[in-house]
Amino acid sequence: MNSVEGVVIASRGGAPSIFLRNITKAYGETIALSDVSLDLRAGEVHALLGENGAGKTTLMKILYGLSQPDSGQIEADGVALKIESPRDARAAGIGMVTQHFSLVKNMTVIENIALASAKTFAIDLAGVRTEIVAASARFGLDVPPDAIVSSLPIALQQRVEILKALMSGCSYLILDEPTAVLGPNDIDSLLEVIRRLRSDAGIGIVLISHKMAEIEKVADRVSVLRRGQVVSSSLANGITSKELITLMVGEQQSGAEQRQRSASPSQSPILVLDSVGVTRETGGLSDVSFAVRPGEILGIAGVSGNGQTELVNVLSGTTQIDSGTIEVEGRQLGSNTPQSLMRAGVGILGEDRHASAVHALQVVENLILDCVEKFAGKFQLRRKEMLSHCESAITQFEIKANPKQAFGTLSGGNMQKVLLARLFSRNPKVAIISQPTRGLDVMATNYVRSLIAQASKQGTAVVLVSEDLDEILELADRVAVMYRGSVVGIVDHSEASRESIGELMAGIAK
Amino acid sequence: MIDVTEEIISSSLRIATPLALAALGELVTEKSGVLNLGVEGIMYGSAFVGIATAAQTGSLTAGLVAALVSGALAGLIFAFATVTLGVNQHVAGLGLTLLMISLCNTANRIMFTADGGQVRVDPWQPLNFGGPIFSQYWLTYATFLIAVPFVWWLLWKSGLGLKIRAVGENPEAADVAGIGVAKTRYTAIIIGSLFMALAGAFITLAFVGTFTVNIINGRGWVALALVIFGRWTIGRLLIGAALFSLVNAGQLQLRLLPSFADVPFEILLALPFLAVIVGLAISGRNVPYPGAYLKPYKRL
Ligand SMILES: Nc1ncnc2c1ncn2[C@@H]1O[C@H](COP(=O)(O)OP(=O)(O)O)[C@@H](O)[C@H]1O
Ligand SMILES: [Mg+2]
Repeated sequence: MNSVEGVVIASRGGAPSIFLRNITKAYGETIALSDVSLDLRAGEVHALLGENGAGKTTLMKILYGLSQPDSGQIEADGVALKIESPRDARAAGIGMVTQHFSLVKNMTVIENIALASAKTFAIDLAGVRTEIVAASARFGLDVPPDAIVSSLPIALQQRVEILKALMSGCSYLILDEPTAVLGPNDIDSLLEVIRRLRSDAGIGIVLISHKMAEIEKVADRVSVLRRGQVVSSSLANGITSKELITLMVGEQQSGAEQRQRSASPSQSPILVLDSVGVTRETGGLSDVSFAVRPGEILGIAGVSGNGQTELVNVLSGTTQIDSGTIEVEGRQLGSNTPQSLMRAGVGILGEDRHASAVHALQVVENLILDCVEKFAGKFQLRRKEMLSHCESAITQFEIKANPKQAFGTLSGGNMQKVLLARLFSRNPKVAIISQPTRGLDVMATNYVRSLIAQASKQGTAVVLVSEDLDEILELADRVAVMYRGSVVGIVDHSEASRESIGELMAGIAK
Repeated sequence: MIDVTEEIISSSLRIATPLALAALGELVTEKSGVLNLGVEGIMYGSAFVGIATAAQTGSLTAGLVAALVSGALAGLIFAFATVTLGVNQHVAGLGLTLLMISLCNTANRIMFTADGGQVRVDPWQPLNFGGPIFSQYWLTYATFLIAVPFVWWLLWKSGLGLKIRAVGENPEAADVAGIGVAKTRYTAIIIGSLFMALAGAFITLAFVGTFTVNIINGRGWVALALVIFGRWTIGRLLIGAALFSLVNAGQLQLRLLPSFADVPFEILLALPFLAVIVGLAISGRNVPYPGAYLKPYKRL
């Protein structure tokens, strides 16, 4: 293993050190990258922006040797680099944390880090352990060396990945959408790590992200990719967020306007939770009470892991409540099973779109998965009706897919649209919507949010659980904040601000 | 009574030898994410090649070497099909088994049984260190004293083992870590095939000293079951092998008792397999399959 001391210390914003030149890459018909050139400098945070499918990951995979370009070359300090595998990339001082981590889940942290340097015969796990401890201290990245990776929270797994890359002696570190999987607190500490690596260790960082706020906080330079081409590359302080969004999405209008809110909903509540509790050693719910009226959007805010997931599971019927009551339209539910909730008119959009659908089945099949009986004929499914149902959903929800395509081949945004179409085609009285725009690009995000607003306008009561505070502030009529399994406050949107909600989220206020 | 118990334990160790060897080979292979259903066929091939070579050359050692070469070649073919070509592992493994069995049966007929004869060699004799329990073939001693600790070290202590487990759990991650996924799987498959070949050679060169059709008699399939029963750990795999062999040795003794004279012997013969099924039914749920089990890996 290269020693940690091998890190090149270079001055911030020095001469460009890695050039990607005229890179072109096609996957069959799809041109993922067309004639892309990009300069990376040591000691600089280079943000790479672009909608889903713009080609960011492909470009970085080429730099890291995971993928070969059809044409173009990579140069370091004027010398052509031959990068045919991640091993070559690491030898050239380039490290990468891929979007879906490259850790072996049921091995320990030590074993994972030892992998990169494992020889055939004896391995010196004790030696690797010492190196990990030293590198942890040096870079301020604490990890538990003996823990099994799958037992660690995502944020820590990510830290292991970063440490692994740093320990291979990289002087450039590529982070592919590192914040997409993190909650607000973890995002802040990651940004802090990025700053430190740049300033203290002089590491050049490529940060792929969708989120303007993050880019404003740490980027020195910003490049925007659109449809496989670099449409802008400039210093971060020379360009505004608004300009960046326009560059990302092209000519189309961007930014959702504020939702029209009904003055004061006078109708009686349709969904009422009263002192709902779930007993668990850790991470249960206690004394959760709130009510939602038809046409209202109740936002559920909170730092990730404060009971939001459990609340959604209770409302989808997959977790049974141990105390309290749930009422829908004034009728108390005997027990909260998925069937009883569905029958009462409660629909759900789960936080993990991959877990909510069957990847191997077609779009049309996934679309009717929750109402198969409706399309069941005497002997077989009525395919024709299914297809026409699907086609109208595709038109109505602007889904870019054909009915017979496998669900797993859709982009994230289109997956989400299919699931929303499934949810809203039941005309639910109450819609529980969890993390609807996580990992989606700007256009898809705006579209999904407009769908939610539209549903509420038509009288659906919406419970919107989101870790994206801006999303909640944009959509919600009232905001309930969860902290340690309880609702610690409900704030009307007119009084809701980042500050007031933030204090509740941190458990400071009240 | 003591005699019978010792006899049962002694013959259990003999019965367990090829099962343990084949299961160890399968374990190494499966840890790399590859299911080798060719185990029965590889054992069959090595059993035949081993004894045929020994008969022609008059040397049991030459037979053993030839059996190992045949196992490695069969493993290479299987690796080429599943790793390089990405052929479905079930199809490739079953195909290999059928191919080996029919090739060997044909060769056996042409070479040895066409004129009504049978291939025979003087097999290895047990080495007696005192008592029936310590009167075993050298391969039995080698299996439990060398092969078992070796595979344990290989999988859980060596660098190669770490790589094998990594490509079996998450080949993408291994690839990113600079590990050759295909190379590692080839290595695991061939090491595994060598153990299967030893198992096959043991049967003809030590156990029986001859070759007859259906000589492996499902031991390869039992080895496959033992890996699952063992939840991919060596300790549990050995417990499984011990249980199966004890039941098997026990039923052999039962058959000698006069009170069992009227029981059809097929029922007693079926007992150990029944034990496998019961064992799997009890332990086979929620088994921790390697993460990339059955999945070919291709970089995009
Ligand atoms: N392995 C692949 N096979 C086929 N198409 C791919 C593959 N990887 C990426 N693409 C396509 O290339 C384009 C760029 O993808 P990607 O680089 O992942 O975008 P981004 O990371 O910016 O979201 C997309 O249209 C995507 O569908
Ligand atoms: Mg990407």
